Amino acid sequence: MDASSRPGALDGNALAGPLSEVFVAEVTTAVARCRGCGRATVVAELVVFGPDPGLVARCPGCSDVLLRVVRTPERMWLDLGGMASLEVAMS
Amino acid sequence: MRRVWRRGVLRDRRTESPTARTLVIAVDEWPGHLAGQHLDLRLTAEDGYQAARSYSLAAPADGDHVEVTVQRTAGGEISPFLTDDLAVGDAFEVRGPLGGWFVWRPQDAGPVLLVAGGSGVVPLMAMIRARAGVSRAPFRLVYSVRTPDDRLYPAELRRRVAEDGGLDVAWIHTRTAPEGDPRAPGRLRSADLIAHGWPPDFEPTCYVCGPTGFVEAAAALLVALGHHPSRIRTERFGASP
Repeated sequence: MDASSRPGALDGNALAGPLSEVFVAEVTTAVARCRGCGRATVVAELVVFGPDPGLVARCPGCSDVLLRVVRTPERMWLDLGGMASLEVAMS
Repeated sequence: MRRVWRRGVLRDRRTESPTARTLVIAVDEWPGHLAGQHLDLRLTAEDGYQAARSYSLAAPADGDHVEVTVQRTAGGEISPFLTDDLAVGDAFEVRGPLGGWFVWRPQDAGPVLLVAGGSGVVPLMAMIRARAGVSRAPFRLVYSVRTPDDRLYPAELRRRVAEDGGLDVAWIHTRTAPEGDPRAPGRLRSADLIAHGWPPDFEPTCYVCGPTGFVEAAAALLVALGHHPSRIRTERFGASP
């Protein structure tokens, strides 16, 4: 699947609000490295589907799922299992 | 970046096109924002049901007042309520500013190419407004709309082209062009970006915003023209309404 050609897809900019609930640093400017293909991508440029029932962010290179966020009124589930690393600028 | 939900109150609503309205919102202790950032707006129904949507900030903050421009989506859950039903004085929740990637800072002196599809012009308008009076960075906006009636901010853009200096705007019409427009209606083409954008060797920073299909197509055209992908920043808002 070429995720980037899916017309309904959003991008990682849409993760800014939901991730702001758990991260102190700005995550959309962080660089995510795909565990599958090794590509490094700024989070804002990830291919994102959602927001309901949750947000799913895929690698623009190989379409592997890098991040999943599901929010209920009381809890958030955050799955970063598809990432080898997340490099965050510290200011 | 840690953000909390704040109380927002609708202060004013302006008509921008037959289907778009600008909402002026007073937000408790708004921390300020950069051009290109967005906010999340959350509505809560009487039965507790909540729905949230993201909207680009359309202008620099005026104290604790911020502006978003909302395009009404037929059959949409939230946008018709915001454009038609929400009353001045009504309260809701706002979280922001959000995003740090699709932003322009006045200290960025280099040339800028803005490419908008439909209401994707909103965060780009925030950049044009933030530039006025504080930056000489040369700006060009290539703005694709279906028909002349769909243009957002047409009078202000014409005024700014005349007054701001260093700003150019080209409208691209995909369905109906105004009388006398030498360009036949049609989707954004390479020739449009050659005629109205910057050459790649000027190394402009390119900001592309619109429906996902538009953004993918426009970014691909820019890369094919020789613009380096690292200087192309994109924001997609999903399927075209």
